[in-house]
Amino acid sequence: MLTFIVKRLLQLPITLLAISMLVFALTQALPADQRATAYITNEKQLNQIPAIVQTYHLNENILKQYGVWIAKVVQGNLGYSTSARESVVQALAQYFPATIELVTVAIIPIVVFGVVLGILAGVYRNRWPDQLARLIAIIGSALPSFVLGIFLLAWLYGNLQLFPPGRISDTLSYSLPSVDGFLLFRSVAQGNWPVVADLLRHMVLPVFILTLISSAQLVRVTRGSMIEQMQQDYIRTARSKGLSERRVINRHALRNVLIPVVTLIGLLFVALLGGVTITETVFNYPGIGAWSARGATLLDVNGVIGYTLVIAGLTVVTNTLVDVLYGVIDPRVRFD
Amino acid sequence: MKVWKKFARNPLGVFGLVLVVVFAVVALFAPLIAPIPADQQGGPRVLGIPAQMAQQGFSAEPTDPSVQHPMGLSENGYDIKFGVVWGARTAFIISIVIVALSLLVGLSVGTVAGYFGGWIDGLMMRFTDIIFAFPGLLLLIVLVTVFGRQVTVLVLAFAAVNWATYARLIRGEILKVKRLEYVEAARGLGAGNLLIILRHVLPNSVSNLLVVVSNDIGSIVVTFAALSFIGVGAPAGFPDWGQLINLARNWITQPHYWYTFLYPGLTIVLFSLAWNLVGDSLRDAIDPRSR
Repeated sequence: MLTFIVKRLLQLPITLLAISMLVFALTQALPADQRATAYITNEKQLNQIPAIVQTYHLNENILKQYGVWIAKVVQGNLGYSTSARESVVQALAQYFPATIELVTVAIIPIVVFGVVLGILAGVYRNRWPDQLARLIAIIGSALPSFVLGIFLLAWLYGNLQLFPPGRISDTLSYSLPSVDGFLLFRSVAQGNWPVVADLLRHMVLPVFILTLISSAQLVRVTRGSMIEQMQQDYIRTARSKGLSERRVINRHALRNVLIPVVTLIGLLFVALLGGVTITETVFNYPGIGAWSARGATLLDVNGVIGYTLVIAGLTVVTNTLVDVLYGVIDPRVRFD
Repeated sequence: MKVWKKFARNPLGVFGLVLVVVFAVVALFAPLIAPIPADQQGGPRVLGIPAQMAQQGFSAEPTDPSVQHPMGLSENGYDIKFGVVWGARTAFIISIVIVALSLLVGLSVGTVAGYFGGWIDGLMMRFTDIIFAFPGLLLLIVLVTVFGRQVTVLVLAFAAVNWATYARLIRGEILKVKRLEYVEAARGLGAGNLLIILRHVLPNSVSNLLVVVSNDIGSIVVTFAALSFIGVGAPAGFPDWGQLINLARNWITQPHYWYTFLYPGLTIVLFSLAWNLVGDSLRDAIDPRSR
């Protein structure tokens, strides 16, 4: 087991390095002047570009450049974002909390809905809960989420004035000292319920869309796991002891079903952090995804690349952790 | 053919196929259904598609539907019907080119990796790992930001991301097939590697590939539209459905301008649904166990 874990953990820095090399190689398509903005962190330095091209050897050997670049990335300098007019790290710090809050709120209905429907679909195989699960999977994969989002926004906000886009109502935001950072978590901690209610009202539509597109996968895995467990010998034993079906499911099957489900939820959370770009743009939600899309339209290369490196890095680290976890739980995984 | 008979018995699949045919007819006869206005004829084209939608004036506000413009004009005066009709041609051309390019690369790499194994296989799998490490649209967005908002860049970017999926699929198929007895028999009869791959291994993978491809055509078009919608896709004025929805963005919350997003939105939904239904029914027809 130890060799498996060590092997898997050793792959992690190699993959991270390869990702950074790929991203760096792509930026070589840009002229040196533009690449130089990756080495500065504020607006004032913009007039030192020629000097920076010299200092960081931007017209020289690509390997040498990569070495300098990766060293400053590791030290936490991701360059200057032209769309946010501040350093990429500052921009990330500004927009990430809103996204984390959105994803945290969204993961609740995704998990409740996905797990409950998955269990029901597994227990009542080929009956109505199963059909419903199948229908949702089809809708989730066939309906373009941004189109659905626009239709919902047009109807529920345009016509009925119910769920507004954005993050917070103007009238409320003026009364607050700051609307940055973890506004929702802060308001909950302070017990500022009118603000909490307003924030949640703005999240209703994006959360609905995220639930629709993300819960199908969770339903499928829970259903598959449920079906597999219900055919195991220990379930037959439990039944033959005369236990009620409800007790067999709740006390015996569910515990084993939840192992793959819990890991999937972790993966889903990270996947959502990188997968909210379109949803945030549709609903004008000021998170990291909407910022990266706006950055891309303004050709803010550093912003887009900084976001990409952070998300890709998070994804790889989570995948590794999950693999290691599985290796510990299930010995069969260790044999590739 | 047995597969076709099974497919024909599934009403949803047939419905999807009919929709696909309707879209194909619209794409084919786009110049007749939505003629290019006299003053815009001979303008630049990209992959055979006019680079600019028919435009009437430059009004910042949308114009309501009329006899000349049955679906109305979007902001900046683009004719929505023109965009919807030519958008069908865009959808087919870009998705077919992207799938063809990805298949070419994916099939070659996947075949070599799966058939020969060893370090080639290891290298390829690590490389696809890296591509899969970028969630969702990220790699596409990076590529477009660096190389510019052009249709050709987008097509190449999609292919650069997509081939990895095909390569993995083909590799898996080949690993499965290459130990089967008839492949051993072919080798015993003195067939070379290339002949075995082309005559015995690949034909057995075609059916699974077909399912993936038909689902992909729908999802490529949706992603292409989504990129255009967030402003990272095709350049302004290019006739694609996402562009039309992008032009509608400022008017979504005003019920009066329903036509700006409803027509292109429904078109995307139907196109995506059609290919999903075709793909799913095809899978059911080929592999009855998956039902």
